[in-house]
Amino acid sequence: MATQTATPRSGSRVAGAPKNGTTERRNWLGGAFGWLWLLIVLVPIYWIVITSFKTSASYFGTNPLLPASTPTLENYKLVLENDFLRYFANSVIVTVGATVPAVLISFMAAFAIVRGAGRWLKAVNALFLMGLAIPLQATIIPIYLIIIRTGMYNSLGALILPSIAFAIPLTVLILANFVRDVPNELFEAMRMDGSSEWGTMWRLAFPLTRPALVTVTIYQGLQIWNGFLLPLILTDRADLRVLPLALWTFQGQYSVNIPAVLASVVLTTLPILALYVVGRRQLLSGLTAGFSK
Amino acid sequence: MPVKATPAAHTSTGRLGWLVLPALLIFVAFAVIPLIGVFVLSFTSWDGIGAISFTGLTSWKAVLTDPGLPHALWVTFLVIVLSWIAQTPLSILLGVFISGSQRYRAVLAVLFFLPLLLSAAAVSIAYKALLDPNFGLGPGLNLGFLTQDWLGRGTLAMGVVIFIIAWQWIPFHSLIYQGAIRQIPVSMYEAAQIDGAGRVRQFFSITLPQLKNTMITSSTLMIVGSLTTFDLIFVLTQGGPNDATRVLALDMYLTGFRANQMGLASAIAVILVVVGLVLAQLLQRLGGKERNSQLEGA
Repeated sequence: MATQTATPRSGSRVAGAPKNGTTERRNWLGGAFGWLWLLIVLVPIYWIVITSFKTSASYFGTNPLLPASTPTLENYKLVLENDFLRYFANSVIVTVGATVPAVLISFMAAFAIVRGAGRWLKAVNALFLMGLAIPLQATIIPIYLIIIRTGMYNSLGALILPSIAFAIPLTVLILANFVRDVPNELFEAMRMDGSSEWGTMWRLAFPLTRPALVTVTIYQGLQIWNGFLLPLILTDRADLRVLPLALWTFQGQYSVNIPAVLASVVLTTLPILALYVVGRRQLLSGLTAGFSK
Repeated sequence: MPVKATPAAHTSTGRLGWLVLPALLIFVAFAVIPLIGVFVLSFTSWDGIGAISFTGLTSWKAVLTDPGLPHALWVTFLVIVLSWIAQTPLSILLGVFISGSQRYRAVLAVLFFLPLLLSAAAVSIAYKALLDPNFGLGPGLNLGFLTQDWLGRGTLAMGVVIFIIAWQWIPFHSLIYQGAIRQIPVSMYEAAQIDGAGRVRQFFSITLPQLKNTMITSSTLMIVGSLTTFDLIFVLTQGGPNDATRVLALDMYLTGFRANQMGLASAIAVILVVVGLVLAQLLQRLGGKERNSQLEGA
């Protein structure tokens, strides 16, 4: 069965497959493009990394695609001395502080929407679905007004609360799709055992929805980590900068020192890259399942 | 086929309503109320600091007669259409490619994902340096076609914006397509093969039609994404040169937070919402009935 399943789309391994000629032709086209795209993806990233180890002087003189003959860590030192760790901490606080509550309350909502009944839940679900179409940019002026009038301007909470709000619609949608896939018999069995809906939610649905929970956590975490507009508008104090904003101001300060700017790009990307290396399998499979439903 | 949770369990399910409250409250406070608020603010005058005063239709008159609006709409339209054209065929092609079962394709898919991890600010800053007409990749390698004033000329700057959006997002959309392609029943291809349909024929008669719903999902995300492109353009060009990349979202920011005309900016924001809703509705229509019922869920 397994080998049969693989036949039609990747036939090259199957000996004597009838349409071998056409198979190879398509593989050639897709393959060539796949490798070309890899080049398009990797060359800029490679260039960023090697350039960040060059001195300003060698940046202007050497072949841009060759690594520095004497790599230097000066650029990284410069960035780290410029409060990088503080910005990093701010980013972590905002990202964790927004993502974890967003996913938990979205899961509760998704559970209620799938397992519950009645007009109220239908209306709330419809509201969340409509929310998918609300662009953050369009609401930023009233958010600014609310944050100012409630005295939250220049606080990390000002970044966290709207981030949660805008993570909810998509998170509820994806989690509801997964909760819906939990067989009804399991819910029945839990009820037979005398479990409350609250207990059923955490002890049955939560573990069974885990792949989706991990996926939306990573996805929303990435969105919030890379967020730029909220920090730009809702804070103006240097000590409250998150990484993307710090990057932007850093670029303004060091526009002549390109290697240093690129070192800051690398440093802001490194933490997320480390997470990707750990969680990529989950993320990739979760994303393909979550969005193609 | 997902197993539908039938609302047979009326005994306890009726009491689940309160579970949505935390999400509902914060969503209403920071998304729904601001959405209503922006509409209200578009009838006011506010400099961002002082008092807010109602001025009726003044802001709307000013925005609708300002030649900047049709221009920003046109630029936004260009970004949406061009980035859709640039991303969709390539995403499907890459999706078909990585859905194959060879091991190396999975490895490639892992690498394809890298651009998505970078913030738009980081990507823009890197490309700004990479495309610098004096010290970038082009002059460094002595490549004439790469040595241009990429961000100094309108059409080129627009091309760069489209390219960077594609560079960052094609991997994401190809993953969505990959997932969908894997769900197409193998038997359909087997039947086509028995009927003597070649690869190309199979692609156009089976794969593409089966991807219809995915194309709508992907296109919706793409279109909403390009409609709201802000960070990328803000960091890359600030809307320049000569407003050539001044999209609606950026126009709103510059009007509100740079020119301190929040009333005008709110009117632009309302237009942004309307454009978004119209586009989303159009795409839902394209999807037809079955899609709607699936989205509505329980």
